[in-house]
Amino acid sequence: MSLILISIFALVALAILFGAILGFAAVRFKVEGNPIVDQLDALLPQTQCGQCSYPGCRPYAQAISEGNEKINKCPPGGESTIAAIADLLGVDPEPLDAEHGEEKDVTLVAVIREDECIGCTKCIQACPVDAILGAAKQMHTVISDECTGCDLCVEPCPVDCIDMIPVGTTMQSWHWPKPAAAQMIATDKVQTI
Amino acid sequence: MNLLNISSPHATRSGNTGNVMLTVLLALIPGIITLSYFFGPGHLIQICIASATAIGCEALVLHLRKKPIGFYLKDYSALLTAVLLAISLPPYAPYWVTMVATLFAIVIAKHLYGGLGQNPFNPAMVGFALVLVSFPVEMTTSWSAPSALLENGIGVAQALEIIFSSRETIDAITMATPLDLYKNQVEIATASEIYQNPLFNGPNQEASIALGWQWVNVAFLLGGAFLLWKKIFTWHVPVSLLLSLSLLSIFIGWDSDSYVPISLHLFAGATMLGAFFIATDPVTASTTPLGKLIYGAGIGVLIYIIRTWGSYPDAVAFAVLLMNFAAPLIDQYSQPRTYGHKKAVRGLAKKD
Amino acid sequence: MNMHHFKLYDFDGGIHPEQNKSQSTQLPITTAKIPQRLILPIAQHIGAPGNPAVKPGDKVLKGQIIAKGEDFVSCNLHAPTSGIVGVIEDREVPHQSGMSATCIEIITDGKDTWIDHQGLDNYLESDAASLIDCIAQAGISGMGGAGFPTHVKASIPASKINTLIINAAECEPYITSDDLLMREYAMDIIKGIEILQRILLPEQCYIGIEDNKPQAIEALQIALKENLDDTHNIHVVVIPTKYPSGGEKQLIQILTGKEVPVAGIPADIGIVCQNVGTVHAIYQAVALGIPLISRITTITGDAVSSPQNYQVLLGTPVTDVLSQANAQPNKVKRLIMGGPMMGFTIASADTPITKTSNCIIAASDQELPDPAMEQACIRCGMCTQACPAQLLPQQLYWFAKSSNLEQAQAHNISDCIECGACSYVCPSNIPLVQYYRFAKGEIKQAKSDKKSSEQAKLRFDIRNARLDRETAEKDAKRKARAEAAAKKQAAKKAAPPATPASGDATAEPSVDTEVLKQKVLAAQTRVDKARERLAMAQEQNLETADALELGLNKQIDKLTAAQKSLEEAKS
Ligand code: SF4
Ligand code: SF4
Ligand code: SF4
Ligand code: SF4
Repeated sequence: MSLILISIFALVALAILFGAILGFAAVRFKVEGNPIVDQLDALLPQTQCGQCSYPGCRPYAQAISEGNEKINKCPPGGESTIAAIADLLGVDPEPLDAEHGEEKDVTLVAVIREDECIGCTKCIQACPVDAILGAAKQMHTVISDECTGCDLCVEPCPVDCIDMIPVGTTMQSWHWPKPAAAQMIATDKVQTI
Repeated sequence: MNLLNISSPHATRSGNTGNVMLTVLLALIPGIITLSYFFGPGHLIQICIASATAIGCEALVLHLRKKPIGFYLKDYSALLTAVLLAISLPPYAPYWVTMVATLFAIVIAKHLYGGLGQNPFNPAMVGFALVLVSFPVEMTTSWSAPSALLENGIGVAQALEIIFSSRETIDAITMATPLDLYKNQVEIATASEIYQNPLFNGPNQEASIALGWQWVNVAFLLGGAFLLWKKIFTWHVPVSLLLSLSLLSIFIGWDSDSYVPISLHLFAGATMLGAFFIATDPVTASTTPLGKLIYGAGIGVLIYIIRTWGSYPDAVAFAVLLMNFAAPLIDQYSQPRTYGHKKAVRGLAKKD
Repeated sequence: MNMHHFKLYDFDGGIHPEQNKSQSTQLPITTAKIPQRLILPIAQHIGAPGNPAVKPGDKVLKGQIIAKGEDFVSCNLHAPTSGIVGVIEDREVPHQSGMSATCIEIITDGKDTWIDHQGLDNYLESDAASLIDCIAQAGISGMGGAGFPTHVKASIPASKINTLIINAAECEPYITSDDLLMREYAMDIIKGIEILQRILLPEQCYIGIEDNKPQAIEALQIALKENLDDTHNIHVVVIPTKYPSGGEKQLIQILTGKEVPVAGIPADIGIVCQNVGTVHAIYQAVALGIPLISRITTITGDAVSSPQNYQVLLGTPVTDVLSQANAQPNKVKRLIMGGPMMGFTIASADTPITKTSNCIIAASDQELPDPAMEQACIRCGMCTQACPAQLLPQQLYWFAKSSNLEQAQAHNISDCIECGACSYVCPSNIPLVQYYRFAKGEIKQAKSDKKSSEQAKLRFDIRNARLDRETAEKDAKRKARAEAAAKKQAAKKAAPPATPASGDATAEPSVDTEVLKQKVLAAQTRVDKARERLAMAQEQNLETADALELGLNKQIDKLTAAQKSLEEAKS
């Protein structure tokens, strides 16, 4: 009998002890964070393209945080963004909803063929980040550093003079790729001379 | 010109993982020879059984995982696991015990966790622990007496017979290990009485620590020293392990009338094998210099605790496995201070 | 003084790869022939590329500036010999990416005619500013590998500096250019150091040199004794041979026991480090007025029959020097610029020698065979033992492999100096450094992505705020107008027979009509313009004609609308 009592007592004591440790840890290591909307917004790519069917990234973040929206509707962010959001919210990542578009693997930037531009200002009105410079009846240009590649200016242009051009790798942005899973025998041979 | 375009460094030291494993195997040879000299051919037979099983399992799993079999077999890691397991097992355990242990070690403990380099637990010790808890009878009654204490020694034929078919003659050759014997008797006898047993000093009562075992341990110690010299591993784990074990046996077990003395702790069990060949298994050990010290010391302490107050005769396997559990955590909290930094990073990165 | 015994410190880790230096030290430095064409990248240094100061077809003289470094952190570039400027276009430049960048081509005339040039008289009495200017004019950048503009380093206020370290360790295998330079030009090097001392006023100066270069050590010591009296504070410090002792941070640690703080520079702990080659270039520029137009390059490797050091004009295609050293093209398997530990492969032998090219290794297959297949990491820790930065290379490897950039950063991947010691020792033949380079590149990319996404967000918010403001303003205006109209209505009601010429209320519509008139006019011009454009497009049969027609119709609609509203307003 006493053996049973002792065991029970020991177990209870242990439970209390570990409970106390866990409780302490929860208080001690608590992560103070921004409101969830801000955190979500920070994860979204800020392309402001509206492909998610919201007028920009923040409204989408707002919708997610209110719990009535899926997390897989942002094509520019793609799988990595979905994974990050899933991680933040502690839910399972889902594959990208193809209805809203596909993830592109190259970054694009808009370029206006300037000799064809009729200066209609339609693209300026469409650009969510004011990346297009120009005045009525004057040739327009895209500030390529500011352009998010959202595509929104292409459609409104009456003369179709906007192209989406992939941003090439420059010597500054180039870096070694991850070695292939098993870099069998190096195949990366260059033919010269 | 057909030029190769790859990232630096271009010069590398020749060699591969297989070389490392082979060097370790080489360092085991003196220990194996001594074992066979003192305890008969049992271990040699077990090595053959375990190696064959291990290579078979490895090839099968690699085949199932669709990996190039030849390439991976050449890293010799399966062979090393098999040999370590075989010399940890009692020499006259039935063949199926060895096979089960090896199978478990290779398939479950190694490949199910992702293969070489990914396994959190030392495969050989997982196999050993499994059979120890599953087949306690076979595991504790299959230790042979030093052949010097047997009239005719143990012949190969007899060994094969015991391992593969009939265990009738086994009683004639088995005996408890000296550690086990001392531990069981120390409660009722004094040290000098226990030392009367020929297990310690042989039939002629010449002065020694534990007949046969001491030389086995010396042989493993030499092998370990060779590996240290070859820089296969660093001194941290073996030194801290032996140090903590010695300190405990000096401070707690100073009275050899009531506790196992330090000489037996160091030279009568699987201590040297464990310290130099098992605890140093890099995959499952801690990887930072400070971490290795903590890891080794932890194993030493656990070995002492389990040997002294636990019910298993030897404790290396459990001690190593327990510390395997802790290794990732130890690593996180023992990172070295990087050049130019004021202090070392501790723990995991905080998410912002 | 030279016998002074030094307390040396050690750095963690390090390796002892095979030296392979003796091959190229058998012969003295030879001047390489002037090639037919020189290819000169305008960016051979860290910082902004120079701006070309010549046009194709220009005649240039040896030593003439052909590209000007206009930013502070930038470098001039001079014509290495006389000739005519060929094309200025993108060519393959020495860079890991094997990409192309702007280069100035010079078609040499073989006369090697100098432009007027002379050094500073009495340079040891000149003030620091003019010495620094002289260095800047000469386009000198670090010649040990990184290529940081030297005048920038020399401009650190002297008050912050107490130690000048001359890096003569040359720890990488194969490379002997600094070794030979010291053997043959020790005197010039000492004079170059004096110039730097004049600028930086350090309390002491150490020349750190590995003990595998006895002749160079002796040459320096003799030069010191002959050149200076006993009061000098220049010490030749012989350090043990261990790679990477020539890494700036490691050399500082060996000589002073101090560590350069993370994300800092040596000047933060009162130290400036210069490579011996750079010091020699400084001497040439200041004392003789010779800008940086050539350098000593080691040509070595198994595929070269007579390996040795050459004095090469910048811009010389590698293939030209290789053929002078009797390279066997079919034996060359890997062409490395720099050393075997940190150098990079070049994809074409037409790549030019630049200010930082200290060595060309034409390696045969036996010498540097294809990398063995990557095996699983067995966590053996040999990499940790070898790492001079006290990192945990294998942890970094696991993080990089799984693209866990956050953890990689937390484990200080940015402190990896990419020395390659870890890859060198790894028994599993894992290309560790490539993993780190990949991870670092990704981290950099992620940072810049983050920055641009923050910027986009900001601009989006600003735009939204602007739009809101505009709508608010429009609303306000509309309301004001409605109110005014209501008032007018009320006034009308209150005084039906009111005289039209009195009161503000009547002025209002006239303003309105003015605006509307303007609008009609504007619309009219727009229609005219659109018509013109359409006509032109139709003439030339452009595809845009349809769209333009559509545009014209819209403009006409707008015009009619405007006219209508004008009529309404008038009535
Ligand atoms: S789809 Fe993505 S990038 Fe586009 S607006 Fe929505 S959240 Fe922003
Ligand atoms: S310029 Fe076009 S593509 Fe670029 S951000 Fe503006 S609307 Fe999007
Ligand atoms: S040296 Fe290679 S195998 Fe060993 S721990 Fe480092 S990365 Fe892993
Ligand atoms: S390359 Fe980086 S991680 Fe590897 S040894 Fe050098 S500093 Fe350490």
